[in-house]
Amino acid sequence: MKERLSGNEAVATAMKQINPDTVAAYPITPSTEVPQYFSSFVANGSVDTEFIPVESEHSAMSACIGAAAAGGRVMSATSSQGLAYMFEMLYVASGLRLPIVLICANRALSAPINIHNDHSDSMGVRDCGFIQLYSENNQEAYDNTIMAIKIAEKAHLPVMVCYDGFITSHSVENIELLDTKVVREFIGQKKLDEYLLDEKRNISMGPLDVQEYYFKHRIELAEAMEQAKDIVKEVSDEFYKISGRKYDMFETYKLEDAEYGIIALNSTAGTIKDEIDELRENGIKVGLLKPRCFRPFDYINIPEALKNLKSLAILDKADSVNGFSGPLFSEITSAMYYKKLNVKTVNYIYGLGGYDIKKDDIKKVFDEIIEISKSDKEFKVKRYIYNEMEGK
Amino acid sequence: MAYILKDIVNKKDRFVSGHRMCAGCAAPVIVRSVLRSLNDEDNAVVSVATSCLEVSSCIYPYTSWDHCSFIHTAFECAASTLSGVEATYNSLKKTGKLKNEHETKFIAFGGDGGTVDIGFQALSGAFERGHNITYVCYDNEAYMNTGTQRSSATPHFADTTTSPAGEKTPGKVQQRKDMTEIMVKHNSPYVAQTALYGNLKDIHEKSHKAIYTDGPTYLNVFSPCPRGWGYNTEDLAKISKLAVDTCFWPLYEVENGVYKLNYKPIKKVPVEEFLKMQKRFKHLFKEENRYLIEEIQKEIDKKWEYLLMMEKITNNKEN
Repeated sequence: MKERLSGNEAVATAMKQINPDTVAAYPITPSTEVPQYFSSFVANGSVDTEFIPVESEHSAMSACIGAAAAGGRVMSATSSQGLAYMFEMLYVASGLRLPIVLICANRALSAPINIHNDHSDSMGVRDCGFIQLYSENNQEAYDNTIMAIKIAEKAHLPVMVCYDGFITSHSVENIELLDTKVVREFIGQKKLDEYLLDEKRNISMGPLDVQEYYFKHRIELAEAMEQAKDIVKEVSDEFYKISGRKYDMFETYKLEDAEYGIIALNSTAGTIKDEIDELRENGIKVGLLKPRCFRPFDYINIPEALKNLKSLAILDKADSVNGFSGPLFSEITSAMYYKKLNVKTVNYIYGLGGYDIKKDDIKKVFDEIIEISKSDKEFKVKRYIYNEMEGK
Repeated sequence: MAYILKDIVNKKDRFVSGHRMCAGCAAPVIVRSVLRSLNDEDNAVVSVATSCLEVSSCIYPYTSWDHCSFIHTAFECAASTLSGVEATYNSLKKTGKLKNEHETKFIAFGGDGGTVDIGFQALSGAFERGHNITYVCYDNEAYMNTGTQRSSATPHFADTTTSPAGEKTPGKVQQRKDMTEIMVKHNSPYVAQTALYGNLKDIHEKSHKAIYTDGPTYLNVFSPCPRGWGYNTEDLAKISKLAVDTCFWPLYEVENGVYKLNYKPIKKVPVEEFLKMQKRFKHLFKEENRYLIEEIQKEIDKKWEYLLMMEKITNNKEN
C-alpha cells in the first residue's frame, strides 16, 4: 500500500500497526509528533494501548521499564535532551534485559540549544546496552520500527530506532506500508514469561549485585549484544519475505569495485548515493558503506568490505570533543586495525546542529581522499566540514 | 472488624527475614505492616526507590520480598516505574492477555530523599495522572543510605553530615518540607500520616484504606533511624510514641479533602522529651542553644493548631 508520510508519521503508523500494550512518552522536538499522532490513535480507539503522558523523559523510560517488566510490549519516542535525560534509565532498561523499543529522532545536544539534526544524542549513549538501528529515510524508519519489536523480544535487549530529525522526521516521502494484518503476524504476540504481574510466580527484579555477580551480569549483557547480530540478520531476512525489502547489518552502494570509499549514517547516505552516481559517470570509482546497526557493531564484515579501497572517508555527525576522532571513525578504524587493513582513512565531522551537508561537500571529500591516496605525505586525520561564515 | 494485633501478625508475611536492615530501624516494620494490610488473597507489585530498604532487601540472588513481585530501577523513579506497571496491568487486563484470578495492588516505597527531593517530580506526575497506586514514604528525615546527609524532610536544627552543628550554625537552618500537605494538594482521595504507634493499629488501618481506595494514595510514615538519629536500637517504639505524643508527628488522615486527627493527646508532651533521646539534637541542649528548642516547640504548636483548624473547617458541612 503506497502512502505519502513524514518520517514521524510513518513511525507512528508502524506503532499503530504494532499496537503496543503501553506507550510512555514526553514531547520534544523533533520527535514530538510521534506521541502526538499516537495519542490520537488512542483517543480514537484504533489501538488498545495504555498511553502514559509522563511529566519527563526520565519518567518516560522509568515507566517503560516498569511496563516491560510487567510483561507489556512497550514503546517510547524522544530526541536530544530527552535522550540525555533518560541516560540513567537506559542502562537500567538494558541491565534488566527489557525489550523496550525507543524511537529517536536524532537532534543536537545543548548548549547552545539547537533543535536540528546531528547524532550527538544517540552516539552519546552508544554504550548503554541498547541495540541501535539507523535509518536513511522514511521507509527505513518505518521498516526498522517494525523489525525492532521482533529483534528486541528475541534478543531480550532494548532497541533504539534512529533517524534524522527534520530531514527525515518532518520530510514527506512516498513510502510503502505493509498491511496491518501482515505486521501483526510478523511480530506475533509477546510471550509472557518472567513478568511482575504473574500472580502464580512472583519475581524480584533490579537487585543489588555484589562485585562478582555484577561483572557476570555485565558479561552476559555483552554476550547478548554479540548474539543480537544473528537476530538482526534473521529478523531482517524474515522481513524481506513479507516486504521484499532487504536489510542487513550494513548496506553497501557501488562499493564492490570501488577505489575510494565513504561511510555515513542515516539521511546523508542518500545525498552520498546521488554524488556517487555522478562521479561514477565521470569514471571515478567511488562507493558507500552505510552502517544500519551501530550496536551491535559488525567489526568482522565491515573491514572485509573495505579491504580493496585506496582511501576512505568516515563521516561523523557527532564530535568527540578533542577525542582522536568521532565515534564512527574510531569504531571502524579499530576494526580495520584488528583485520590488519591499511587503508588511508580520514575522519570528517560534519553537520553539527543541522549544518547543511550538500553534494558539493561530498565531492570535496572524495577529491581530498583521492589526493591523499596518491601522496605519501602525512595528512590531517580529523577534519571539520565547515565553511567560515561569509563576511565574518 | 475489631483490630486484634495477634491476628494481624499471623497474616501472610510478604516481607520476610534475611534482609540486612539495621536493628532498631523502623523501615522493615513499616513495610511488613503496610503489606500485612493487603487482603490475603490479593497479589501485589512493589516498586522500591534506591534506598537502605532496597539495597538491604534484594541482594542477588536473594530476596526478602515474598508473595508479591518486586522491582527496583533507580533512586528517583519508584512512582514512575510503578505507573508503568499499573498501566500495563490495565492494558493486559483490557485485552484479555492477563488472566489473573485475583486483584493486584501496586505499592511504592521510598525514603524521604527518594520521595520529597529527587523523586518528587516522578511522584507528583504519577499522582496528577491518577494511577491506582499507593506510595509509602518511610521518612527517616535524612539521606541515611549515603550516611545521614540532610534532606528537605530533615527537621529544623537537626545535626546531619551536610548540615552539621557547628560554631556558626546549629544544624539544619531550614524548616522541613511539609510533604503530607503537599500530597493533599494533589487532590489525592486519601493521604495519611502515620507512625509505628502502640499496637500498630494506626498504620494497619491507614495502609488498608490507602491500598483499597481507588486512585493515587499517599502514606507518610515516621521512620526512626538509630544510626542517623543516635538512639538506642531498643527505643524504636518509645521514640515513635514520643513523636506522636509531642505532636512532632501528628497522626492524621485526609480523605477526599476532609481532615481527621486520629490521635489528640490530652496534654501535649513537651518536644524536649522527644529531642533529648537523640544525638542529632544534642547540641540544642547547650545553654546558648536552648532557645532553639523553644522555637521548635512554637513550630509544632503552630502546625498542630493548623491541623485542628483544618479538621474543623473541612468537617463543617455548612462550609
